Amino acid sequence: MDEFLAFSHIGKTYPGVRALDDISFSVPKGTIHGLVGENGAGKSTLIRILSGDTEADDGEIRIDGDVQHFSSTRDAFAARVVVVHQELQLVASLTVAENLTLGRFPARAGVIDFRGMIAHVGAKLREIGISVDPKTPVSQLSLGERQMIEVAKAVMMDARVIALDEPTSSLSSRESEVLFDLIGRLKAQGKVVVYISHRLDEIFRLCDGCTVLRDGRLAAHHTSIDGLTRDMLVSEMVGRAIVDIWGWRGRSLGKPRLVVDQISGKHLPQPASFTARAGEIHGFFGLVGSGRSELMRLVYGADKRWGGRIDIDGVVLSGRDPKRSIRAGLVLCSEDRKYDGIIQGMSVTENIVVSARRHFSPFGVTRPAKETETAEKFIKTLRIRTPSARQDVVNLSGGNQQKVVLARWLAESDIRVLIVDEPTRGIDVGAKAEIYDLLYSLAERGIAIVVVSSELPEVMGISDRISVMCEGRIVASFERADFDEHTILAAALPDRSMTEPTRRAS
Amino acid sequence: MAGFLKRLLLGEQGLVVIFIAAFALVSATVPNFLTDRNMLGLFQSVVTIGIVSCTMMLCLASRDFDLSVGSIVAFAGMVAVMASNATGSIPLGLLAALACGAFVGFVNGVVIAKLRINALITTLATMQIVRGLALISSDGRAVGINDPIFYRLALSKALGVPTPVWVMLILFAIFGFVLNRTVFGRNTLAIGGNPEASRLAGVDVDATRIWIFALQGLVCGVAGILLASRITSGQPNAATGLELSAISACVLGGVSLAGGRAAITGVIVGVLILGIAENAMNLLNIQAFYQYLVRGVILLLAVLLDNIRSRGLR
Repeated sequence: MDEFLAFSHIGKTYPGVRALDDISFSVPKGTIHGLVGENGAGKSTLIRILSGDTEADDGEIRIDGDVQHFSSTRDAFAARVVVVHQELQLVASLTVAENLTLGRFPARAGVIDFRGMIAHVGAKLREIGISVDPKTPVSQLSLGERQMIEVAKAVMMDARVIALDEPTSSLSSRESEVLFDLIGRLKAQGKVVVYISHRLDEIFRLCDGCTVLRDGRLAAHHTSIDGLTRDMLVSEMVGRAIVDIWGWRGRSLGKPRLVVDQISGKHLPQPASFTARAGEIHGFFGLVGSGRSELMRLVYGADKRWGGRIDIDGVVLSGRDPKRSIRAGLVLCSEDRKYDGIIQGMSVTENIVVSARRHFSPFGVTRPAKETETAEKFIKTLRIRTPSARQDVVNLSGGNQQKVVLARWLAESDIRVLIVDEPTRGIDVGAKAEIYDLLYSLAERGIAIVVVSSELPEVMGISDRISVMCEGRIVASFERADFDEHTILAAALPDRSMTEPTRRAS
Repeated sequence: MAGFLKRLLLGEQGLVVIFIAAFALVSATVPNFLTDRNMLGLFQSVVTIGIVSCTMMLCLASRDFDLSVGSIVAFAGMVAVMASNATGSIPLGLLAALACGAFVGFVNGVVIAKLRINALITTLATMQIVRGLALISSDGRAVGINDPIFYRLALSKALGVPTPVWVMLILFAIFGFVLNRTVFGRNTLAIGGNPEASRLAGVDVDATRIWIFALQGLVCGVAGILLASRITSGQPNAATGLELSAISACVLGGVSLAGGRAAITGVIVGVLILGIAENAMNLLNIQAFYQYLVRGVILLLAVLLDNIRSRGLR
């Protein structure tokens, strides 16, 4: 009974990354167990293994003493293990009852027995204490209610183990309370609840025990939450071995080049302000969903901005679209290279000159020789590894694609502000060092650089200054001399007692 | 031998190789096919499809779609005939036709790019609206050309080649240049490759899409004028099904419906394959009903080939 759900020596390797290494811990029946760690610590990978979404390379999962082999989510369902993901998986146009019986509609001779379905679902919802009419379409429910329905779905599957991934990230505190009550009732029914959250106050409030992951390893396992403090957990989340691959070089900083004053937009309702000086690398740290990327997209004009003002070298940026930002010397390398960085199916050359070619295309007529020359210059200086400039960009590795996107902006003759969102995501260590080096040399040329990253060591390693974002606001700012892992991470973790979270649109 | 054949057919120029083989086969087996007269006839028969395919190529390359081309061709033809009959001035009539075509295309573009309505739905709507306008303006009847100079346009020749064929060839050259050598053309392909990345890279996506549709309308105007001249009248029911033929020709020519991939040589080959199939079947006295069947089969085969080729590359 003491180990109802047990992870035993779980290991998982992705190309170039050891995502999980020798994870062993167990959770007793009828408890709520917290799982915490920084972004990239391995929580998601562990949960994906538990849900059957991916398979572990080493180790095994045992439930009630039986070894489980999940090679698909179907297998996990069969073993009555259900993971409720952050992105809810409900069909908005169907009713609550239909959603909860999807795939196994009660039917007689192919005709759905709606009356029976509604009665059955209604009884089940009452049993677990959810007061929602089963006939309501999901599209009319609030985010909180939808989250409850997701949990109800797990209960309807008669789950023994329910894992909740950041369930309160888009809920108000009142909605969260109702969810906590529901989780408490699940515990009373003897289920195991694995609870993943960045909100440490929720962990303390809800959980019986707690496991901390760090860099894919088990950093700490607490069978009881008693006596733990927020500070102790934060210390366990950070404090990794420091290897200096950053090679930070000091620079003299000039006048402010980018001044962002009180800008806001649909995905960032609270106005934000910051500056970046000539030659400065200004790092932005925050957890996933803290609004970092949303802020940068607003600055660049990729999303519509509601208000506020942006100055570049003392001149107001009048345009609110990428085209005019580029002409004012403000450029962005976006977070998701595949989605909105590279142009698939086009050559390396096309990808590099797509913006800069207007400088050397008289009357809109292109000059292929000049384009190839430009591309080859950057392939050489940035050491982009590609068989030729005509190669389709999708065939390049992640690091080289990132360099192609950077080259696109370096080909613009006069950039003043460079914003790079997650510059080294999915890139191997060697290429990382090259990209850092490139950022330093650009800063030395007097360009103001804004780097967004969810990797704390990276932000600390390369920035001259760090701003920390949490739940859509800039909550703290540190000079390089004051950088401290613990303080910065503590500032980035949301604290329910201090702020009411921003609600994101579903 | 098998490996060589495979490389030849699935390679970059596979379509051209197949085209040449088909051309040789038809020349050898179909009597009267490879004659000056028949060749000119063949070219003349594909003028409308060829002209419209030039801009359909741009449209597909940017991941869009245009179903309204057939209707615009008919409408522009009506306008050309009625306006020149009414004013007694052919240039005025032609100008009116071009303006009407470009205007419809512009409206398509604005609705699609700015109001963000799906291109399929938008052009499905304008296809019917414009056909309706053509029918209303003529009361559903054909309107004959008064001034013989207008219908001699289609019969006139330069260097032994009919003017409409010249127009088609010139448009092929122009749009080949536009696609490959202008910022507009490269942006079109970039939008098709990844619209969001293109926007963030500073491409004015909305303006480019509006231009593409406006050009498509303008070019349909040209095709409408030449068609009216050839049939010596404005026919409100002309060019039905043209949108599907033009899209078929482009797809045959390797233009990707997913956007980002297009070449004018491919489109020319696609247009000629459709033309040759029809021409050969006419010469062999095959009933017109069978031609639909053959065209459908050709299109399916071409798409399958393209699919195998792109899978082979991975």
